[in-house]
Amino acid sequence: MANTGMKQAAAGPDLSEAFRSPVSRPPSAWQKNFDVVFKHLAHAFGAGVVLLLAGVVFEVMRHAKTAIADYGLGFLTTSTWDANRAQFGILAEILGTLYTSILALGIGGFLGITVALVLSQGFVPRRVEIAMKNVIELLAAIPSVVYGLWGIFVLVPAVRGPAGWLNEHFGSIPFFSTRLSGPGILPASLVLSIMILPTVTAISREAMAAVPKRLAAAAYGLGATRWEVIFNVTLPTAVGGIFGALVLGFGRALGETMALAMLVGNANVFGLSLFSPGNTLAALLANHFPEAGQVEVGALMYAALVLMLITLTVNALGSFIMLRTTRELKGLG
Amino acid sequence: MAHAASNSQEVPAQRGSFQKSLADSRTLVNTGLTVLAVGFSLIAMFPLFSVLYMLLVKGAALLSPSLFSELTPGAGMEGGGIGNAVVGTLVVVLIATALALPLGFMGAVYLAEYGGDSKLAVIVRFCGKVLTGLPSILAGVFAYAMVVVTTGSFSAFAGGAAMAILMVPTVMLTAESALRGVPSKMKMAAFGMGATRAQVVTKIVIPTAIPGILTGVMLALARAMGETAPLLFTALFSDYWFDGQLLKPIASLSVLIYNFAGSPFEHQVALAWAASLVLVTIVLVLNIIAQVVTRRPEEH
Repeated sequence: MANTGMKQAAAGPDLSEAFRSPVSRPPSAWQKNFDVVFKHLAHAFGAGVVLLLAGVVFEVMRHAKTAIADYGLGFLTTSTWDANRAQFGILAEILGTLYTSILALGIGGFLGITVALVLSQGFVPRRVEIAMKNVIELLAAIPSVVYGLWGIFVLVPAVRGPAGWLNEHFGSIPFFSTRLSGPGILPASLVLSIMILPTVTAISREAMAAVPKRLAAAAYGLGATRWEVIFNVTLPTAVGGIFGALVLGFGRALGETMALAMLVGNANVFGLSLFSPGNTLAALLANHFPEAGQVEVGALMYAALVLMLITLTVNALGSFIMLRTTRELKGLG
Repeated sequence: MAHAASNSQEVPAQRGSFQKSLADSRTLVNTGLTVLAVGFSLIAMFPLFSVLYMLLVKGAALLSPSLFSELTPGAGMEGGGIGNAVVGTLVVVLIATALALPLGFMGAVYLAEYGGDSKLAVIVRFCGKVLTGLPSILAGVFAYAMVVVTTGSFSAFAGGAAMAILMVPTVMLTAESALRGVPSKMKMAAFGMGATRAQVVTKIVIPTAIPGILTGVMLALARAMGETAPLLFTALFSDYWFDGQLLKPIASLSVLIYNFAGSPFEHQVALAWAASLVLVTIVLVLNIIAQVVTRRPEEH
């Protein structure tokens, strides 16, 4: 790529010819004006992206203002959602959002890191590696509403049996204390874990691949087995990047909407039981916005603001961790 | 293990110490973990195959020309298709692309060619990253506040605006890296000929970076196509054909799937599967095109 320019220049025609050609001449007045206009245009559009984000934050805040004044912090600590009596609280949704996301992070994070190891540590032939990488990337390409549909008709029936058994035999444990009637925390978290897995895999794989080869080679030279190298060299060195991947995956889980709106059950309560229905902030917005009256829209805007603050904080944290670890790894190389 | 070797240069005399045997606990643990890891990877990939299998089994049953030429049926009715939803999705995505492309593309030109490491560029790039992580439903909330509240009705335009917000960061960040990938020697040569910066950018940099830029657009399109959350309360849904009016509610494949998935009528559920098959096919084709376009010789 860089060479082609060079070669053309070297093998090109007599340069003195080019200097006289009409191609090489000072720009005309029109071209100078175009240059100035284009420059300002680029700056304006760059600033436009900043304005877009500011606009999103500002608009949500502006519409949430009256609801914030009306309901105050009590909005965050109560769990009633009753548009007729104009009583609103999102405690159950906040807890439900965190609960489903943490569960999804536990499952999806573990699987994601495992897949990243298999894809980066030479477990399988290169060709299989590429095929697996594509499959994982395709997981991310499936729209979340399709996962929701799959969840309703495949996953929920599939987990109903084991869930009933767990409830029958271990019902005293709070996590299994209710029966799975259909949608609930568990199927929602399972689908959520599928959706964050590609994010976790892609980012942590990069972190593992960035570990200098000679560190692993040194450990192999001392007689370590592959997994001894992974646990003592690869994972500790890549830990920052893996942590960043988990945080970014968590951020994705917090904001995911459709799969949850279809699978979580939309019950305005929060329980520890994996089989009970619950709700999340994003699902609340999806379910109530289309038919909301003016008062309810205000409360929904407040809920949207809370969701925005949570996700933006988590995402900023994740990006910050990634930035720092890339710098540290550069020092190791 | 090999006590004789501690003080001498000799290789440990113990026979078989370089051979792997499952009788050795270290080898056993190593092999066991490998089997577990590969097993878990297979579990991780299983959902994709399950989803694709179900789509083919349940979705293909209704595939026929009339699926694309007929309107969505009402509750409890037989027949009908998803024609209005296919058209609606295309209309909304076109609106979104028209809104997002100029902003994302020129934002990338700014970042790659003018911004450098200036304060504004750092802020723009940061805002782009933050927008990537913005939950799609919040894009819908924003479009609701800006468009639906202002115009007083749900509309195709509001849906397109919500979707555009999700496309901007993808387009911008991929286009920036494509523009940065243009060899500086090519730019130097153009500058040396007396070209202005605008000429260099429009005649050298952009044409060279086009494949990379297109990849970003394709990926953004694929992502936008499947988005449901931002359309739920912006574009809403419509049981009629798109009649050219952008300020009226419009159907879309994704909202159709959401609405019909929870329907008590079997025929509507079947249509949801068929719509999913169509949607996933479009999305996968866009992804594959994006991958093929990216496979340029300069990629290692």
